[in-house]
Order: sequence, then C-alpha cells, then structure tokens
Amino acid sequence: MTPTNPQLGAIKTALFVLCLLPAFLLWRGLEMDTLGANPIEALTRATGEWTLRFLLITLCVTPLRKYSGWHWLVRLRRMLGLFAFAYGVTHLLTYVWLDQFFDWHAIAKDILKRPFITVGFAALVLMTPLAATSFNAAIRRLGGRRWQALHRAIYPIAVMGCVHFWWLVKKDITQPLIYAAITAVLLGLRAWWREQERRKQLAGGYQPAHGPTGKVIRIFQSH
Amino acid sequence: MLIRRPIDILPSEITSSELYHDRRRFLTQSTALALAAALPASLARAAGQSLGPLTKSPYSIGETPTPYKAVTTYNNFYELGTDKADPAENTRRLKPAPWTLRVEGLVNKPRTFGIDELLKLAPLEERIYRMRCVEGWSMVIPWVGFPLASLLKLVEPQGSAKYVEFVSHYDKSTMTHGVLDWPYNEGLRIDEARHPLTLLAVGLYGEVLPVQNGAPIRLVVPWKYGFKGAKSLVTLRLTDKQPLTAWMKAGPSEYGFYSNVNPEVDHPRWSQATERRIGEFSKRKTLMFNGYADQVASMYTGMDLRRFF
Repeated sequence: MTPTNPQLGAIKTALFVLCLLPAFLLWRGLEMDTLGANPIEALTRATGEWTLRFLLITLCVTPLRKYSGWHWLVRLRRMLGLFAFAYGVTHLLTYVWLDQFFDWHAIAKDILKRPFITVGFAALVLMTPLAATSFNAAIRRLGGRRWQALHRAIYPIAVMGCVHFWWLVKKDITQPLIYAAITAVLLGLRAWWREQERRKQLAGGYQPAHGPTGKVIRIFQSH
Repeated sequence: MLIRRPIDILPSEITSSELYHDRRRFLTQSTALALAAALPASLARAAGQSLGPLTKSPYSIGETPTPYKAVTTYNNFYELGTDKADPAENTRRLKPAPWTLRVEGLVNKPRTFGIDELLKLAPLEERIYRMRCVEGWSMVIPWVGFPLASLLKLVEPQGSAKYVEFVSHYDKSTMTHGVLDWPYNEGLRIDEARHPLTLLAVGLYGEVLPVQNGAPIRLVVPWKYGFKGAKSLVTLRLTDKQPLTAWMKAGPSEYGFYSNVNPEVDHPRWSQATERRIGEFSKRKTLMFNGYADQVASMYTGMDLRRFF
C-alpha cells in the first residue's frame, strides 16, 4: 500500500494537526486553569514527556517500515523529529522563562552542577544540528552517508532523555522505566539488525574495502 | 390417605413482600439514626466539618494562606498514589474513623488514645505555618491542632527517651506497594518533639483534616521539609536510638534525619536556594529553617548542618 502524492499530503496535514494537539491542550489547560495547583511544574513536565514521546515515535518509523513494508512511512519521519525538537525547545523555554525567570546565574549553575539538567541540556544541544539539517538541500550538501551518520545522534539523544527523566524523579521511577524499556527495544532492534547484516556478509564471503576491521554502513534508502 | 387441611392463615393476613422488605429499610434507617444520635462526634466526623471555636496562636505567620483547593489537591501521600493529584482521588483507601493512636516505648504511662480523646486533650489552636517541600515548592497552611508537647506530658517520657518515632497507618490491601519501605515512619529528637512549634494537626482551614492531608491526625514540623510531617499517625514510640526513617532508608545520601529547611545545603540533585510558593509566578528565596530560625536555631548550635542534613 503506497499512498499517492495528494493522499500523502493529506496524511501529513492530519499528522501535523495531531502533533500540535498536545501543545493546544496544554495551552487550553493553562488558560482554563486545569493544570492543577502547580501549573508551571505541570507544563514543564508535560513538554518534557512529549519531547521524549516524539523521539520514540520517530525511532518507531524504521521498524514499522521494515516490518509492514510501508516504505512511505519514512516520509513522515522528518516532521516527527522536528516536533520532538519543537517540544524540546518549549520544554527548555518553560524552564528558562517560567521556572527560573531568566536567572542566568542560577541556570548556568544548574546546568553545571545538576547532572539531570546537564544531561537534558546536552540532549537538546545535540538535537539542534539534526533539526538544522532536516531540509533536502542539507541532505544533498552533506551527502547521504554523512547526513545519516549525523542523524544517528538520535540514539544517544533518546538515551539521554531517559536518563534525564530517571534522575529527576524523587522515588517512583515507574514512568522513566517505561520510557527506558521502549528505548531499549527500539535501539536493541537496530543492534540486532546490524549484527544480522554482519553475519550475512561474513557468510557471503564479502570483504569490505577497508579490510575486516572496516565498518559496514547501511546506505540511506528513502524509497 | 392424604387429608387436606385448610390453610390456617388467611391470605389477607400474609405480609406483602413490599412491606416485608420495607421492614429492613425501617430497621437500618432507625439504627443509623440512633447511632448518629449516640455518637455524633466519631461517626459524623468527616472532612469539611467545622472544628468549632479555635484559639488563635502567636506562632501563626501573617502571610496569605494558600487556597484550600490547592492544599487539598496537591499532596505527597504515597500510600494513596505517587502523583500529587492521586491522594485526593483515592481517599476511599483510608478510613479515618474509628481511629486510635498508641504512645509507647520509654514512657511511664504508655497509652492508646481514641481520636475523641485526642481532640479534647488540649484546646485546639489555629496555626498558620509555612510548609516547604523538599521538592522546591511551598504553601502557607492554616492548620488546626495542638502542641505535641501536651500529649507527651500525659505519657511521661523517661529520662532515657532521646527520640520520638512516628509511624503512619499502612494497609497493604488498599495502599501503594513498593516505592518506600512501609509503613511510613519519621523521627524527631525529643527536644524538637517538645518544641512549641511542633504540632499534631487534626484539621485545616478550621475544618476536619481531609484524608489526603493525613487524616485524622498528623505531625507538622514547620522548620523542616514537609516529608518530616508523617500523616495518619497510629503509633508514637519514644526511644533512646535515632529512628531510621522511611526516606533515610530510600535515599541515605539525599534525605537525612534532621532535614531542616536550609537554603545553603542543596539536595544532591537540585538546589534548595529558592522555592515556588504555590499560586505565585516568580520564585522566592528559601529562608533558613523556613523562616523559623529565631525560634529553633538554638537547638542546633555547634552542629555542622551540612553533615547533619
């Protein structure tokens, strides 16, 4: 099943609206005062969780594509990744503006002294070049391989997101544990594919150009 | 041979099923009425009911109390759920009546108090206190209660009693499993326990304490982080050894026995220098001993508060 271009356009529009829904609901909650006694905390927490969710949804695209055969799904991946970044920026803004109110001294101290903030901040910094190279011209300019290598940074970013959540929780780690488990499955799948590919190539007697220690790089397939 | 006897009950005399069932309703209703009349205090005591005239206290602060809704919907009471909105939604998991509080250990007169005795033990006072949570938020709460010292006097602590351990109610069948080592417990040094600021609270906003705030009776120690105020108390134990509290067991490097509010000693994972007062936009600076330094600092002279955090 492959949608035609107009169908894909409609799917993308629907997905765009769907991705905006959490932000819209949070905005409404803020206006109607239904976010509880500590709305700033609720907002910070919700934007952070949505960042992590969008990262994981983005990481689901490749396995879904592989197992369903719906290769067009990859054409939705860029939007999902950009939404992860947008929620991440909103998350940082709620912290810088609403939580610390631009107290740069306190913010700098937090980033240096609080490991959970260090990790979260580093993850967002790492997401920035990915968001900045998410348009077609950047892919052409970097070349598929280099672009793909850069965008593999989403793996450590997802791990850092989980660690960030884990370290901030006071005691009940059920929620971060769920995210960590999903991340482990999604990254584990990739490690497994890579291992299978390696074995296949070894069985086929294929020798990479760089000798037996050379890295096997899968070429980006967009269609 | 079968001889058919005439029915000796006239059909008109048989009680109709409707009336028969109505009899049950009559019985339950009249029993409930009689009970309610006989035990007005213990059965009818529910959150929201007025606690009657209260004595004002010179220990109250002049700051604006946090709205009742926030105080009763934003709670850390892990037995009723670990999300702050959970306790208010899970009040059915804890029945605050009937209730007894056992005071035991190194005392001359160990005793079990019924909740009605506790309510009449000393004049109920309104105490408007700051409450600073270890997580970095704070409230101003108009508690109703009486000094813990009044209760301790009645049981006559022995000279060897150096600490008081507070144990909360725990019911495995209805409450949270895991997270902390249940039942929840806390501890104070005996001089802290006898300090006039240390309160046994039975209400807030002039009314009976809601379940989510620790009904029917809880500890309030305003110069310490909120978690020191153990909720729904069932046992007070006077000991000669420093109690190992639930939070000390959960994170010995993060939660110490004293847990005095101190802007200079950070939680290992976050700063304690500032706090968000619930309902306010910008953060406030956290005060030493939560603003009660004048009354309590002398208890800690010579102590390294970084070591005894």
